[in-house]
Amino acid sequence: MFEDLFAPDKVEEARLIIQTQFPTAIWETVYVTILSTLFAIVIGLPLGVLLVTGDKNGVLPLPRWLMQTLNVIINLLRSVPFLILMIMVFPLTRAIVGTVVGTTATIVPLVIAAFPFVARLTESSLREVNPNLIEMAQSMGASPVQIITKVMIPESVPSLLSNATIAITTVLGYSAMSGILGGGGLGKIAINYGYYRYKDLIMIAAVILLIVLVQVFQTVGTKLAVSTDKRLK
Amino acid sequence: MIDIQNLSKTFRTADGNVEALKDVSLRISDGDIFGIIGMSGAGKSTLVRCINLLERPSEGRVIVDGEDLGSLTETQLRERRREITMIFQGFHLLMQRTCLKNVCFPLELAGMKRADAQKRALELLETVGLKDKANAYPAQLSGGQQQRVAIARALATNPKVLLCDEATSALDPNTTNAILELIQEINEKTGITVIVITHQMSVVEKICRHVAILDGGTVVEQGEVSEVFSRPQSAAARRLVFPEGDLPAVQSVKGRLLRVVFNGAEAANTPLITRMAVEQGIQASIVYASTKSIGDKAYGLMLLGLPDDDSIVRTAIAYLTKTQGILAEEVTDGV
Repeated sequence: MFEDLFAPDKVEEARLIIQTQFPTAIWETVYVTILSTLFAIVIGLPLGVLLVTGDKNGVLPLPRWLMQTLNVIINLLRSVPFLILMIMVFPLTRAIVGTVVGTTATIVPLVIAAFPFVARLTESSLREVNPNLIEMAQSMGASPVQIITKVMIPESVPSLLSNATIAITTVLGYSAMSGILGGGGLGKIAINYGYYRYKDLIMIAAVILLIVLVQVFQTVGTKLAVSTDKRLK
Repeated sequence: MIDIQNLSKTFRTADGNVEALKDVSLRISDGDIFGIIGMSGAGKSTLVRCINLLERPSEGRVIVDGEDLGSLTETQLRERRREITMIFQGFHLLMQRTCLKNVCFPLELAGMKRADAQKRALELLETVGLKDKANAYPAQLSGGQQQRVAIARALATNPKVLLCDEATSALDPNTTNAILELIQEINEKTGITVIVITHQMSVVEKICRHVAILDGGTVVEQGEVSEVFSRPQSAAARRLVFPEGDLPAVQSVKGRLLRVVFNGAEAANTPLITRMAVEQGIQASIVYASTKSIGDKAYGLMLLGLPDDDSIVRTAIAYLTKTQGILAEEVTDGV
């Protein structure tokens, strides 16, 4: 591995592939990551809220069996390795997208892998909200729904944003992994050229781009989280 | 009127049941400033949370203006809570909202239109002297300012009752006074009933008209502030009035004993005892004194030893009580 990494013919070959294939691959990775994270948030955020409010001492207690079922399902989904999960949901993916290969098709397993994670992250963000604020809202006659929408979520926005950043970088990693099983993007290029065809330089270039993407997401996410937090000023 | 009848609250914990309140009965009339004082763990916070039913009492009833709060549905109760608002030791402002939005919060809950709510909130911020901080965030304010915002918020829905749960305990003495004066002013202006929970004597002395002393979950004493503080009957009341412990050498004093209570007397800068000696020729020895000045007013208590002579004692009492805010009476047992 890594012999004659910068031999002129290899550099030339890499340059060609970077020019022709990388723009699409970057776009595919970004598009799959952002879309999957968004869907995961749409499902995971309400679930995370439920995990906190449905607690025995929460603002909207739910039956114990329901909470336990919810917890078990989330833990179950979280413990299945992503590639196995991807194979397991092939029927579902086919039903929704019509195919199991390609960039769009990977959104389905990515969402299923990410929403339980997002639910847990949301749960931890909401648990950070000062319980005294909830008592204050109750003392002013707030209903459980008002407590959720006007106290718990707004007060934890900075924490939710930094957790969303963690989610998006994790999904990015998963999306790269999906390259093995027909997913598109930078992961596919790294695996197809680097692993299957020993074109190390291309693999390294793809990995570097993935690192840059993670950096960009992380920097933007942290900036957003800090700038929305009014406690720090 | 708030009528608390035979209220008990028992918490179930892993180590068994804890009786936080035992058979508490209180009657608080409209427009009063009512203090509930006790050491930590006496059940004050539980009691105040039973008044707006944040805690459901295990037994007993809370009747506000003839309505038993325990009989209301959740929705009705939420509406009543707009009339019994609360301020807290930790202020509990929403940190991600501006001050103006914080004051708007209860109005939003009540479904008031945004523009109307903001107009009302601005008026209230003006009342508490923080109109210029409307667009600041709570983290940018001092503790006293945060409590003012919390007061404005508590007043937003025009409540009939304001519950103050250790509202000044996190503030320095000067800020405490300013906040207490604000609460007093609001009480005088709007006639709102104020219930003050505190462990500080000075708070009760400064603004309360009536007081209940809570100890171990029961009310051990209640009545007018001057009455309770000048003649503390129960052990708990004595502990509060004499935080350094009961008076030590009192029994051994020869002659007569006079108890002088300073309840906001304008005598902080006056050498009262010296003047009595000069003007009346009465030589009093100070057996015990625990007084402090807040602003130019004096609070606290003094025990004077006087010669064994009825006329001297009478003259001394007459002389001292001429000054407003001073109670003086002869005592035999040193309390």
